[in-house]
Amino acid sequence: MQAERATARATPQLVTTVDWLTGTKIPVGATASRIFDWLQVNGAWVFDAISDAMDALIGWLLWAFQTPHPLIVVVVFAALTWLLQRRLSTCILVAAAFLFVLNQGYWEETTESLTLVLASCLVCMAVGVPIGIAAAHRPTLYAWMRPVLDLMQTLPTFVYLIPAIVFFGIGMVPGLLATVIFVLPAPIRLTHLGISSTPAALMEAAEAFGATDRQRLWKVELPYAFPQIMAGLNQTIMLSLSMVVIAALVGADGLGVPVVRALNQVNTALGFEAGLVIVVVAVALDRMLRVEQR
Amino acid sequence: MSDVVTFDRVSIVFGDRPTDALPLMDAGANRAEVAEATGQILGVHDCSLTVHEGEMVVLMGLSGSGKSTLLRAVNGLAHPVRGEVRVHDGDEAISVTHADARTLRRLRRNRIAMVFQQFGLLPWRSVAENVGLGLEFEGIQWRERDERVRHQLEIVGLADRADARVAELSGGMQQRVGLARAFATEAPILLMDEPFSALDPLIRTRLQDELCVLQRQLRRTVIFVSHDLDEAFKLGDRIAIMDGGRIVQQGTPRDIFTRPASDYVADFVAQMNPLGVLCARDVMTPPDGPADGAVPPDLPLAEVMNRLRGRPLAVAEDGRVLGHVTERAVLARLAAPRG
Ligand SMILES: Nc1ncnc2c1ncn2[C@@H]1O[C@H](COP(=O)(O)OP(=O)(O)OP(=O)(O)O)[C@@H](O)[C@H]1O
Ligand SMILES: [Mg+2]
Repeated sequence: MQAERATARATPQLVTTVDWLTGTKIPVGATASRIFDWLQVNGAWVFDAISDAMDALIGWLLWAFQTPHPLIVVVVFAALTWLLQRRLSTCILVAAAFLFVLNQGYWEETTESLTLVLASCLVCMAVGVPIGIAAAHRPTLYAWMRPVLDLMQTLPTFVYLIPAIVFFGIGMVPGLLATVIFVLPAPIRLTHLGISSTPAALMEAAEAFGATDRQRLWKVELPYAFPQIMAGLNQTIMLSLSMVVIAALVGADGLGVPVVRALNQVNTALGFEAGLVIVVVAVALDRMLRVEQR
Repeated sequence: MSDVVTFDRVSIVFGDRPTDALPLMDAGANRAEVAEATGQILGVHDCSLTVHEGEMVVLMGLSGSGKSTLLRAVNGLAHPVRGEVRVHDGDEAISVTHADARTLRRLRRNRIAMVFQQFGLLPWRSVAENVGLGLEFEGIQWRERDERVRHQLEIVGLADRADARVAELSGGMQQRVGLARAFATEAPILLMDEPFSALDPLIRTRLQDELCVLQRQLRRTVIFVSHDLDEAFKLGDRIAIMDGGRIVQQGTPRDIFTRPASDYVADFVAQMNPLGVLCARDVMTPPDGPADGAVPPDLPLAEVMNRLRGRPLAVAEDGRVLGHVTERAVLARLAAPRG
């Protein structure tokens, strides 16, 4: 206390500067809040439209996962694995993983989480791949986008929850939105990487044989970038799955719900069970969709 | 013989302000001087050359002499800052340099095909799908495409590998795929940028021979880039020698071998095997006394030597004796190939 006062006396100027700094706080929070308010009033119809579309998508996917008998869904997953990987051992692993989920009594939560993951995948790929292509074709656009992408991935995910709730209330839709914001940079980055690393020699060969820009995109760039885009899909799925717990905080159904409940009740058994089921689902999906790099 | 490709004083400069470099280049500055003064890179300067129908012209020079750049101006992959390249389509001369995107695409699909040094094949496609690339761009239906592709694959001897991935093929076979792809569009003009230099010598010689045979049947107009003098002399009806972005001499192989225009060219041809270039005309002496049966004046020297049997050999054209060839004269010429 005394030392402090001593320095203050020694450098009165420094004190005034600090006072001025703290006294004129830059209104970051207030501005953000004002922007949100404005958007809420003036953009309501946009958010309603987005909300309706996402609601429909989620409803449809949920119906697809929950209507058939669980065992049929497991068989479909195993068959899909065979189509993608052509390895019996992987099929058995995937089937075993889902049977374990059934055994633990988490089937309904798992279908809800799979719905969230699949919906986020569809939205992220439908938006991310075209943006990635555009960015690869326009280096200045990508230079502008990079800080935004970095921000989307480094901002603590809880921060997204606030606007998600403000605009979309509570439920699956805000959970999906927060997931999409967090995950979207991955497919954009990987698509950009794949397209922009297409060898100049191949582009030139296509040009020399009279390809239009569109033919070059479809017949050279996209096939070349395909493994990269698939890696983007894989990451999209894994990152979406990692968001299920956070999505539960805004009221999204799924495997995050028991985890949050376990946290509130300090229930070790429940927390561990639900956590393990998430891991098992993640491993199964990863094995199912893994792409071999060329 | 009609003209097919005309290079009309083509200058190409790489950089953001290419026109800045032109005055210096006109004054004869070399690439280093131009780069020093203006920051622009001289690609080629003031190159004029006419290529006739059915002819194979070889652009030849050291690495960095601008061969590829000049070649790429023919199908618009390189853009002249001054001058232009014209491609003749029937009676019409089309400027590639000033063509709009649509015309350029039509030329590339139907008139000009290209073969690349590093093949430029799409590795995820099969051999047949690669050969059909140009036809696919043109929008030709699958059935016709397949037929034309099979035909081309037969010509280059790869009919049985149609469904293989290109990565499974050896370099020599991959370049055959590149050749078939270029032939498949039936474009009358073929551009070849060192197509054989990535291959090992044995395969290279074989493909050169095959190209000669094909060329005799198909009679395409070919512009061929090479840095290998033996290749240039073997394939070229005419050769244009380039140095530092400029064409320093053009003519038939024999012209260049016997009358090099500069020390640079002389150094180049000094490494040549004279047997591949000289012919009976170059070693004959005025007729003198009796001689064996007549040979034509353009008979290659190697063949002349085969026929020499100790006695002089007469060289005759249209029944008129032009001179005699003796062993002594051949030996003298070989000892000092450029006279
Ligand atoms: N895209 C480009 N940008 C800048 N400079 C270039 C470009 N392409 C070629 N150059 C320069 O132009 C000059 C001529 O190059 P070019 O490729 O035509 O030479 P080349 O005779 O084909 O040589 P090589 O035998 O090595 O292929 C070189 O100095 C090269 O560095
Ligand atoms: Mg070159």
